[in-house]
Amino acid sequence: MVPEPYLVQGVKKETGDTYTLTLAPAGGGPAPAFAPGQFNMLYAFGVGEVPISISGDPGQPGPLVHTIRAVGAVTRALCRLKRGGVLGVRGPFGTPWPVDLAPGKDVVVIAGGLGLAPLRPAVYWLLNRRAELGNLELLYGARTPQDLLYRRELERWRGRFDFRVHVTVDAARGDWRGNVGVVTTVIPRMRFDPAHTLALVCGPEIMMRFTLQELVKAGVPPEQIFLSMERNMKCGVGLCGHCQWGPFFICKDGPVFALSRIQEWLGRREV
Amino acid sequence: MARSSLPPGAFVTLEIKDFQQLLEVLRRQGYLPVGPALRDGHFVYDEIASTADLPVGWTDEQEAGTFRLRSRGDQALFGYGVGQHSLKQFLFPPQRQLWQARREGAGWRVMIPEEEQPRYAFLGVRACDLAALEVQDRVFLQGTYKDPVYQERRAQALVVAVNCAARTCGTCFCVSMGTGPRATRGFDLALTEVVEGGHFLVVEVGTAAGGEVLAQVPHRLAAPEERQAGDRAVAATAAQMGRVLDTSGLKELLYRNYEHPRWDEVAGRCLTCGNCTMVCPTCFCHTLEDATDLTGAVAERRRRLDVCFTVDFSYLHGGSVRATPRSRYRQWLTHKLATWWDQFGCSGCVGCGRCLTWCPVAIDITEEVRAIRETEGLLKEK
Amino acid sequence: MDAIETILAAHPFFKDLAPRHLKVLAECASTVSFAAGEYLFRENEAATNFYVLYHGRVALEVVAGGRGPLTIRTVEAGEVLGWLWFTKPYHWRSEARALEVTRALALDVGEVARRCEADHELGYSLLKAYSHVLAVLFRVAFVQLLDIYGT
Repeated sequence: MVPEPYLVQGVKKETGDTYTLTLAPAGGGPAPAFAPGQFNMLYAFGVGEVPISISGDPGQPGPLVHTIRAVGAVTRALCRLKRGGVLGVRGPFGTPWPVDLAPGKDVVVIAGGLGLAPLRPAVYWLLNRRAELGNLELLYGARTPQDLLYRRELERWRGRFDFRVHVTVDAARGDWRGNVGVVTTVIPRMRFDPAHTLALVCGPEIMMRFTLQELVKAGVPPEQIFLSMERNMKCGVGLCGHCQWGPFFICKDGPVFALSRIQEWLGRREV
Repeated sequence: MARSSLPPGAFVTLEIKDFQQLLEVLRRQGYLPVGPALRDGHFVYDEIASTADLPVGWTDEQEAGTFRLRSRGDQALFGYGVGQHSLKQFLFPPQRQLWQARREGAGWRVMIPEEEQPRYAFLGVRACDLAALEVQDRVFLQGTYKDPVYQERRAQALVVAVNCAARTCGTCFCVSMGTGPRATRGFDLALTEVVEGGHFLVVEVGTAAGGEVLAQVPHRLAAPEERQAGDRAVAATAAQMGRVLDTSGLKELLYRNYEHPRWDEVAGRCLTCGNCTMVCPTCFCHTLEDATDLTGAVAERRRRLDVCFTVDFSYLHGGSVRATPRSRYRQWLTHKLATWWDQFGCSGCVGCGRCLTWCPVAIDITEEVRAIRETEGLLKEK
Repeated sequence: MDAIETILAAHPFFKDLAPRHLKVLAECASTVSFAAGEYLFRENEAATNFYVLYHGRVALEVVAGGRGPLTIRTVEAGEVLGWLWFTKPYHWRSEARALEVTRALALDVGEVARRCEADHELGYSLLKAYSHVLAVLFRVAFVQLLDIYGT
């Protein structure tokens, strides 16, 4: 399993330390198809590999999109690439968001921080099939307005009449006129029929745990709440043992899990 | 009496002097014989060329945290237990270059090392290590992605098992794990060495490949009393296991007790040295490392076995998920005895006892499990 | 029931209070409105009002030195803003700026305190509603402190 070289076609700075790269296979042709929620192992030549969720539109053949936060040696190397640079791609891997369960239901998508990156493909998919859904709501929380990803896109989505988009930050300076408050305080303002709702949640583990509590409290069945988990990954294909979380290999049993499947493990510490 | 092959299920008797012939037949057929040997006072697995390379006349005394080599006073070929080595290093090389990449144009060109994989003939494989092969087959060959080197070496390997007899079983508990001391499947040939009332080997044919090899070695059909002598020796081994592990409801027991105070107790002793993972025949966790040469033009990816007891094994977002030794010991034991079931449909433990013997502070997993089982719910969680 | 009582009766904070208690509270209340950008209160002013928002949105800001105010919470219609002190008066430690046209009831906290002393049933009902709001604020503040989006 060797990384395929991909050319950087474009780099967009999303926030102070987060960049969205648009990529295409160096050998030509379209990037392979993927399902929303899947990830690739991205390789910085000679430095290392990291798992990064795919952030593009699964319905459009064409460029591969990844949003990367520069936090370590590999991600910093990837974020330094410019147009024409090359990185390696292995994948796609992992279990996807169960968007096939969405038709006929209300769908709430709740993202925190960088968690909007793995959820964006699901949002594209859902908007593509908007007519088949009940209510469609997005709640996106970040630390400050400067940390919001995909701002222009968020504003476009907000402009739609059939998509309620709630954005909230933990603190704000200057001319932010939007909501300030933690994500969980906004959930009661969302419109959904809990018994017929599909919930997709992604963000820092603490944020997900609080969010899941609120959703369960509101009456959404755990079988219909899905989250995306993370652990240290090396091989990405279920052989090296690094991404284990109890009995689960995050790379192949996840990263997307139904809450009902992993509820007992969420409550365990240092597992 | 030379035949083209002996059928699976046949039992023959081999004279000790003819064991050498077995090695030669294997070499003629292109196998590389690997078997037990004595190095620096320890039993290892190594290439063997003759019967004399085996630890003839040696035995061991093993206890938790203890290994002692002893002279037997007889000429038994297989009168000892398992040492630090298992077969995993032959099938899954502990260190390996996976590929090399050289910058070329906009990208790079990958070179995958072309290696011819050795055809091993593993000799003297104890039933526990045979069970470990089966476990590792599930790990490396059952999933969507299989390890190609393990797959090829495993497919090519010939396995000559040995049923443990005439030895002490200090830390062994294969009986508790249902893996021994008799090898019941997965072998091409299985030997039982009889040292009382004669000295010979009773050989069971497991596969056609084994039968083909054995047919070329001088042998005779095993007489009933010879087979019975072998059976008695193996039964005697089964009766004197060094340890017992009660496996009833073990997965659920451990799942219920992730916060049992015993974990704190064992964490007070565990050095997180990782010896247990290195000697365990089923531990498979490995890591991938990328590096370049000094020019930065050539990169390589290497794979090496890893140890879940290290702090950075579970590194994520500026910290480790398993930050405490307590959580890391718990991870190893619960993986081995509990979550392995959900992952691979079997136990990760084969009862070989190596982790007891080679733990510098003599942690005994059978004792840890017993302590949790006996005090479940009785002690206040810290 | 006059206009103020109607607003109180419809407001989530007062949902468990008996009508006769709402009548008493209505007597401590006046209607206030703010244009976008107007301040409801400033740091160090006496916190004599307890605001019951029924229209609009307010940003709660902390003055944080030379870098301009930091908004730590936005308060919406249906929520409350302020301290119900029952002993000594408090002073505001933060500032509240209307983000859009905002209408609220301002309850005079001194008057409310006197009415609660006279009628302990009213006091107990009010305290129950208020302590729930405080508990939620506490929990939310914890989560903010955790800085969950940090590295």
